[in-house]
Amino acid sequence: MWTLFHKFGSPPWLYRLSGSILRWLLPITLLALIGGSVWGLLFTAPDFRQGNSYRIIYIHVPSAVVALAGYYVMAIAGAVSLIWRMKMADVAMRACAPIGAALTFVALVTGSIWGKPTWGTWWVWDARITSMLILLFLYLGVVALYEAYENKALAAKACAILSLVGTVNIPIIYKSVDWWYSLHQPASIKFTGGSTIDPSMLYPLLFMITAFYCLFTCALLLNMRVEILQREQRTAWVKALANKGAAG
Amino acid sequence: MYFDSLAAALQMDGHGAFVWSAYFITIGVVALMVYAPRRREQRFLRQLEGQIRRSEGGNPPGASKEV
Repeated sequence: MWTLFHKFGSPPWLYRLSGSILRWLLPITLLALIGGSVWGLLFTAPDFRQGNSYRIIYIHVPSAVVALAGYYVMAIAGAVSLIWRMKMADVAMRACAPIGAALTFVALVTGSIWGKPTWGTWWVWDARITSMLILLFLYLGVVALYEAYENKALAAKACAILSLVGTVNIPIIYKSVDWWYSLHQPASIKFTGGSTIDPSMLYPLLFMITAFYCLFTCALLLNMRVEILQREQRTAWVKALANKGAAG
Repeated sequence: MYFDSLAAALQMDGHGAFVWSAYFITIGVVALMVYAPRRREQRFLRQLEGQIRRSEGGNPPGASKEV
């Protein structure tokens, strides 16, 4: 366990590992995203109440679910960075922020587009939507805060604290539809009790959620690779890599 | 396929504009999420390679540092 922990702390090892994972995970992820979208868009029946507009669910729900899970990843990486001062945890935390912001943006925009034919409005200041907007600002806040500091060790510390404080927003987002009156529908997929979604719609949705988790992993590794190279640019292995790239 | 024709799939009973625009925006963001870091990585390695070449070219072995 500790050997693995130490290995994750090694930038060249992580860089090489991410390269070999991405070689097969990235094409599979892109194929899964295309396949899942085609399944949801063309091969499922429309919802009896919302008609075809419900097909936005196959991108809206996965992006929202993974945006929320991504925040936990960022906060855990922040905690590891604070407690054990592990450089690679700091790299992971920093890499999570733009990906989480992009996914939250997708969830908000697709939700807004779905809202127009369903609720008759693009936007309402209701609890679920507003707390998701706060999530976007938290992600952007981490990106901005990191750039604001000259001293990157201090920046990492400040970002880790912001990430940890921001976790209070995640259960609020999850429970917002139960705690407050909201236009947003309650969760359709439940781990305890029956789901309120037909299996013919549920399976492509679960497939797309898995594909979005894979997308998050790919984007995280891709961002971490750039961050590792920038931090390690003075080391011999990165210089060798640059020379090898030029020779190739 | 649920729809009878391509036109029906595009129209989706009047919801096509909403559904397709949501998917196209998502495709754009996903493409950016994958493409942007790969491009940054390649550009960084090229820049670093240029820096190494310049520093090696500027200071050939045995060259005098005094002007």
